[in-house]
Amino acid sequence: MILHPAVLALIVASALTGFMVLYACWYGARILLQWEIRSGSERQLGLERRTYLISTLLCFAFAVQILSLFLYVYTADRLHGLFSGAMCAAGTLNVNRYGYPVLVLKAVTFLLAGVWLIVNHADTRGYDYPLIRIKYALLLLIAPLVLTDGILEYRYFAGLRADVITSCCGSLFSRDRAGVAGDLAALPSGPMEWLFFAGMIATAACGIRFNRTGSGGYLFSVVGTLAFFIAVASLISFICLYYYDLPTHHCPFCILQKEYGSIGYALYATLFGGGVAGMGTGALMPFRNRGTMAAVIPPLQRRLVVATLVFYLLFTLMVCCRMLLSPLRLG
Amino acid sequence: MNRTVERHRNILDFALSSLLRRKGKNLSLWVVYTIVVFLIAAIVFYTHALKREAALVLQGAPDMVVQKMVAGRQDLVPVAYAGKIAALRGVSSVRPRCWGYYFDPISGANYTLVASESPSPAPGAVDIGSGVARVLRVGRGDLLPIRSSSGAPMLLTVRKVLPCVSELVAADLIVMSEGDLRDLFRIPRDLATDLAVTVANSDELATLAVKISQRFPDSRPILKSEILRTYDSIFDWRGGMMVVVLAVAVLSFVIFAWDKATGLSAEERKEIGILKSVGWETGDVLLLKFWEGAVISLSAFLCGVVLAYFQVFFLSASLFEPALKGWAVLYPRFRLVPEVDPYQLVVLFFLTVVPYTIATIVPSWRAATVDPDAAMRS
Repeated sequence: MILHPAVLALIVASALTGFMVLYACWYGARILLQWEIRSGSERQLGLERRTYLISTLLCFAFAVQILSLFLYVYTADRLHGLFSGAMCAAGTLNVNRYGYPVLVLKAVTFLLAGVWLIVNHADTRGYDYPLIRIKYALLLLIAPLVLTDGILEYRYFAGLRADVITSCCGSLFSRDRAGVAGDLAALPSGPMEWLFFAGMIATAACGIRFNRTGSGGYLFSVVGTLAFFIAVASLISFICLYYYDLPTHHCPFCILQKEYGSIGYALYATLFGGGVAGMGTGALMPFRNRGTMAAVIPPLQRRLVVATLVFYLLFTLMVCCRMLLSPLRLG
Repeated sequence: MNRTVERHRNILDFALSSLLRRKGKNLSLWVVYTIVVFLIAAIVFYTHALKREAALVLQGAPDMVVQKMVAGRQDLVPVAYAGKIAALRGVSSVRPRCWGYYFDPISGANYTLVASESPSPAPGAVDIGSGVARVLRVGRGDLLPIRSSSGAPMLLTVRKVLPCVSELVAADLIVMSEGDLRDLFRIPRDLATDLAVTVANSDELATLAVKISQRFPDSRPILKSEILRTYDSIFDWRGGMMVVVLAVAVLSFVIFAWDKATGLSAEERKEIGILKSVGWETGDVLLLKFWEGAVISLSAFLCGVVLAYFQVFFLSASLFEPALKGWAVLYPRFRLVPEVDPYQLVVLFFLTVVPYTIATIVPSWRAATVDPDAAMRS
């Protein structure tokens, strides 16, 4: 195990987050089974009080979980010098079999935790706890992922051995490589460029329509989520190439390094921000006319749509600027 | 939006006045918090600065050093290897180097003796590092006695003392002519200590190292990147060990913070009771507690970080120096270049603010959910 302070920080954060989520799950399960809003029993009052604690704990735990994705990637990038063959975070994550699963789990929990925080935000605006069962059911879905992430993250760091020879990003994200990374790198750049811009324009059109007419919320959310995944694939397929000015280098991690102005962080932050806001809009759709939520959710959804469009616009602008300024022209 | 900002501003205002009303309790917490942040920040800053310094020092090192091994020990390398390695495609130059270590029984220190090519001191003269001058109390024009491997003393004249700015690399250095060094250590003319290899394209280093190992099975190529990696590992490990040791301090602090947050005085309970009876909701009291914690956290974090910065970069980290830097009779004196990046601050935040905040959530909730009438009656 490498005793880097950042590694210790991540392990401590994961342990604390796991503990808080487990604690919240215990009461979440009780709320799901025993919640009766019309009852004035001592148990119900106790649960109502307890929801404040659980909400606060989870807000903090999920905020830490969201931050930990960036810290994890940055730490992997920083540690690449310790491993023979690693040129960036791609090589460090490949040192043992837990690196990439942890990254995927952190990305998934980032999105789900973001959606949970949005649902929780809406729920706390209503005095009659309208979304309480929904949000604790969602918590029971997220909790195993957060706990698995913590365990695998520990196993990943515990298994980091400096004498391991790993692969560099050039070979991991090459067109000839079998697997998801190779398949994404092999996606044809021309059609992907069209698909990427079409996805962004469709998201913008659906968002504007939804904010104007109030209809098409599900469509916006689905299109926004699809645009998120298309953008992730595009990053590997063609966006990276413009940043590296190389037609063969598809690594999604090298853009995080200083020599590229750490632009990767801005790209990923805007992309994930837009993705979470888009998914959150859809997650609130079934409840927009339920009780007190009728006054809370529509304005919140409008703000989320604006947030999605702003994040995606910033992402697209960064991509366009680079495509125009780069001397590279893909055929 | 304005209403939300106004609400937070008002609650923050109330939180500040509430903190000031209980100066003693909050000040003791703040002091302990600042010390914990200071200790961990000093370690993180110092480790990072040492790694940076090592990287800077190694910038001028050759891309690759080739040593000869005999029975697992380093031996003198034939100078004839240099020509054969230079003939490999991609190698820019190969330079045989003569150097060695000399233990001085008077001072108990080890010196590094190096034969310089240009500008080489004349036979019988040496240039010495400022550390050597300090330990032996010699200066320009003085005689430096060194015992050769035959036992006979050699008297060398100090031509100059190397400037202090190069102390980190040159503190223990004695530069002399190649002839003097060969005489001193009895190194034959056809052998050298090692070979310094430079290559045109650094991407080819690994391939060239493999080629050299295959061509000369008794050789050991060492890459500059490997030396850097070793330094990084050592300093990370030392820093990590210190953080692990300090984990006890963090844990004690968390217990202390929990205790402070749980132990609500009768006056505080009454205050919360009154706030709730005049219309504050549980969420508002939680927000008040959040702002109290945020004010303490951020001010202690800022103060601890600034103190650590001064301690590391202006007071040479006197608290952790022996543990993190290592120790030697003749250790270079150097001032670290101040550099802090956001990554270090995020790591510090995760190691200090996150545990503190978690420790105070449950006590804050307990305080916020107190019944107004029970609180006022108590």
